[in-house]
Amino acid sequence: MNWIAFIDHLPALPEAILLVGACALMIIDLHVKDERRIATLAAAQVVLALCAAATLFVLWASGGSRLLIFHGLFVSDDLGHLLKLTCYVAVSAALIYSRQYLAERGLLRGEFVTLLLFCLLGMMVMISAASFLTLFLGLELMSLCLYALVALNRDSALSTEAAMKYFVLGALSSGLLLYGMSMIYGATGTLNIYEIAQHTGRLARTPSDHTFLVFGLVFVVAGIAFKVGVVPFHMWIPDVYHGAPTAVTLIVGTAPKVAAFAMAVRLLVNGLIDLAQDWQQMLALLAVLSMALGNLAAIAQANLKRMLAYSTIAHMGFMLLGLLSGVVGGNRLNVDAAYSSSLFYMIVYLLMSLGAFGVLIYLSREGFECENLEDLKGLNRVSPWYAFIMLILMFSLAGIPPTAGFYAKLAVLSAAVDAGQIWLAVVAVVFSLIGAFYYLRIVKLMYFDEPKDLALAPRTGGAGYALSANGLALLVFGILPQPLMAMCLSAIQGL
Amino acid sequence: MLLSLAIWIPIAAGVVVLALGGDQRAPLQRWIALVASAMGFLVTIPLYTGFQLNDPGFQFEEKWLWIERFSVFYHLGVDGISLLFVLLNSFITILVVLAGWSVVDNRVGQYYGSFLIMSGLLNGVFSALDALLFYVFFEGTLIPMFIIIGIWGGPNRVYAAVKFFLYTLFGSLLMLVALLYLYNKSGGSFSISDWHKLPIPLRAQILLFFGFLFAFAVKVPMWPVHTWLPDAHTEAPTGGSVVLAAILLKLGAYGFVRFTLPILPDASKHLAWLMIALSLVAIAYIGLVTLVQTDMKRLIAYSSISHMGFVTLGFFVFNAYGIEGGLVQMISHGFVSAALFLCVGVLYDRMHTRMIGDYGGVVNTMPKFAAFTMLFAMANAGLPATSGFVGEFMVIMGAMKANFWLAFVAASTLVLGAAYTLWMYKRVIFGAVANKEVGALKDLNPREFAVLAALAVATLFMGVYPLPFTEVMHASVNELLRHISAPKL
Repeated sequence: MNWIAFIDHLPALPEAILLVGACALMIIDLHVKDERRIATLAAAQVVLALCAAATLFVLWASGGSRLLIFHGLFVSDDLGHLLKLTCYVAVSAALIYSRQYLAERGLLRGEFVTLLLFCLLGMMVMISAASFLTLFLGLELMSLCLYALVALNRDSALSTEAAMKYFVLGALSSGLLLYGMSMIYGATGTLNIYEIAQHTGRLARTPSDHTFLVFGLVFVVAGIAFKVGVVPFHMWIPDVYHGAPTAVTLIVGTAPKVAAFAMAVRLLVNGLIDLAQDWQQMLALLAVLSMALGNLAAIAQANLKRMLAYSTIAHMGFMLLGLLSGVVGGNRLNVDAAYSSSLFYMIVYLLMSLGAFGVLIYLSREGFECENLEDLKGLNRVSPWYAFIMLILMFSLAGIPPTAGFYAKLAVLSAAVDAGQIWLAVVAVVFSLIGAFYYLRIVKLMYFDEPKDLALAPRTGGAGYALSANGLALLVFGILPQPLMAMCLSAIQGL
Repeated sequence: MLLSLAIWIPIAAGVVVLALGGDQRAPLQRWIALVASAMGFLVTIPLYTGFQLNDPGFQFEEKWLWIERFSVFYHLGVDGISLLFVLLNSFITILVVLAGWSVVDNRVGQYYGSFLIMSGLLNGVFSALDALLFYVFFEGTLIPMFIIIGIWGGPNRVYAAVKFFLYTLFGSLLMLVALLYLYNKSGGSFSISDWHKLPIPLRAQILLFFGFLFAFAVKVPMWPVHTWLPDAHTEAPTGGSVVLAAILLKLGAYGFVRFTLPILPDASKHLAWLMIALSLVAIAYIGLVTLVQTDMKRLIAYSSISHMGFVTLGFFVFNAYGIEGGLVQMISHGFVSAALFLCVGVLYDRMHTRMIGDYGGVVNTMPKFAAFTMLFAMANAGLPATSGFVGEFMVIMGAMKANFWLAFVAASTLVLGAAYTLWMYKRVIFGAVANKEVGALKDLNPREFAVLAALAVATLFMGVYPLPFTEVMHASVNELLRHISAPKL
């Protein structure tokens, strides 16, 4: 064995572990009986823990420097490590939260675990992509697994319809993204993101090349917007969130968003920062539309999953505010603050989204889906503790201190104000007020109304503890946000 | 250290009370709440006794780096302006705990937990010297108040709670943008004293002024954004109304003296006419509206708006009488409105109605209660030798210095205030016994007596000998006036 080559490729160790682990699990699971499936889940958690250990090792060994390996196809930097760790947390939590839910519905099959792990592998490849090729590879691996996961409950018409919609629109968006990439390849002659960055600065000064690049950029932004899920590329979100089993909605709504954020940073910030003036305007439009439509449409929803779907759209719009505040008139002083605010927002959003869907899963039981607003009525009577957790989650989503959601909003708004986008900040603030209404309505249902037929089924396997930790984390990050903010800042500075 | 204790003792106790869980532990929860609120008050007393009267700056300061990324400090301190509010808040908390003692028997832990946490947060608002810390406390109070109104309130509580929350959130979100703008202009500092020195052009000052105005005007509340208050007050449980009237309304007015006047003096002068006009509308028009209320709590709520109009009027005439008068009026209103809401609470606990028409001749069955209510009604009307007189008189003096007609309109409150308060008093307390429920009323129990007696002593003491209250303000108010007079364009 060539040890030098092994050490050179060490930054890809987490991906290697995950790939081996996922393949091994796929085979081993064939011999595991349904009632022993918990062994597969435990093994998956072990794989995740090994991945996390490997990532931490790479993080420590690299000492904050950026490494390009596989002939410039794969990048290992602090942003990647942070996002990967976030994804492990999300996937691990998803496994814990959803075990009993899936078991009660006969969906706890080996495919679930395998697909989830391959989906995670796709995300990790996306996060570490240094080339259009790797990026697309990771994106497709992730998306294909997600389509299959949405259709996990194959006898449900709602699920299969959602999966079909997701697949058709997802394929379309991949096509758009590829088309845009091909334009940029045509202009710069390279697929490597860092080389593209070197070329665009020069090309952007010639009007004809600039037009050509912007033409490609439009499609790239559209592709990103679809994966992040912002208006007007949001159509799939409510249907997929609603149609998929809640355990899968939890997955769709968390880690893939982080991967999509990574994609946006890799393509726009690492690759096309010289076109920032152009894509910032596009993002501004997307952001305002998303905040408006997301928040307004969420009010009208009676289904919790649909409501959270629209709330996601609004939150992603808010997150974009940070991304579009980096470059001010060609000046890049604000870059670190702005992009790190988006990153912080993303991580906090992931925690909130995990928790919110986690509560829905926790309250569902055999033959009962907790998915309508009505279903939360009087939760404070039935279970004050989980009502309190949901209260923290809702106030965090609404951005009320002292929860982490407030600092996420604060950081992004601060970046926008620093960039001179005061009116955009005011618009964001007004829409987040509108947004506060529907989160408040959930608190109202839980605390002020009498319970209808809500009863807690006994839950085992640590889901309750994980959920409590998840909710309290938002309170802890709300009281002491500095460590996470500092991590985000240093990750962005290492780009 | 004292200020941190004043903030964190109630919050820690609130968490403990919440953690104790269900109603089977209610007696323990009540006692913990009482002990914690008493301790919270005790730690604020050294703030008063150790206060340096000649020092216009902040005292009892504590400063720790909190969020390095935004250079936010956990920076506390009080000056002559904020000191009394910390004391008032800690004092009122004890009364609130006592007021709910035997009345609240449903989800007791959550009730006391919410009140204690809110009390700590309110102390935080009054002692925060870092704008972001201020904002966190300011907004944080919304959550417990929302829960208090929504769970233990009257029949229309949900509507009132949501309205209260969204109204105040709207104001404070715009303030957040203003705070971030100042943070950006000051080169990355959230320190309020840094902002006092920051030069800002007039156009920006005016925009910022409106950013702050919405937040504070909603909280005060000023006409025409006052409409949430009658609903919130009416539907809140007695303790909730007391905290709302005595403390929460003071946040807005406090914001004006802490942020708007010193940071935006030029815009404040430029737009003083607007503020004075809104204040006079509140005093005169809301005074008239108060007259026709049929619900006792609603009546007191409207009278609060009218009295708070006095406060904002005093602030925007820019002289020592006006500003000190406004501050004194805030303290006095804290005592008097709290007392009046407690009085209504006493009746409501017995009769379960707040309508004036359901009462009459209460004096026949509740003589002690009638005597206390008389005192507080007089104080609300601004009778000399009660605390209500001192503040109103000072503000009218201040307004007189600025313009005779201002003082003239403002003084109309003395007539209107007497009219609505005493008319309500007459209809509820005097006359023949209206019905057999009133005939069966029992007079004050020792607990209620003690609570009302404490407030009666405070009201009378402040009316007869206001010096202990005003002398702590002088240095800080003069410093504030010096700030306002120096343009900082």
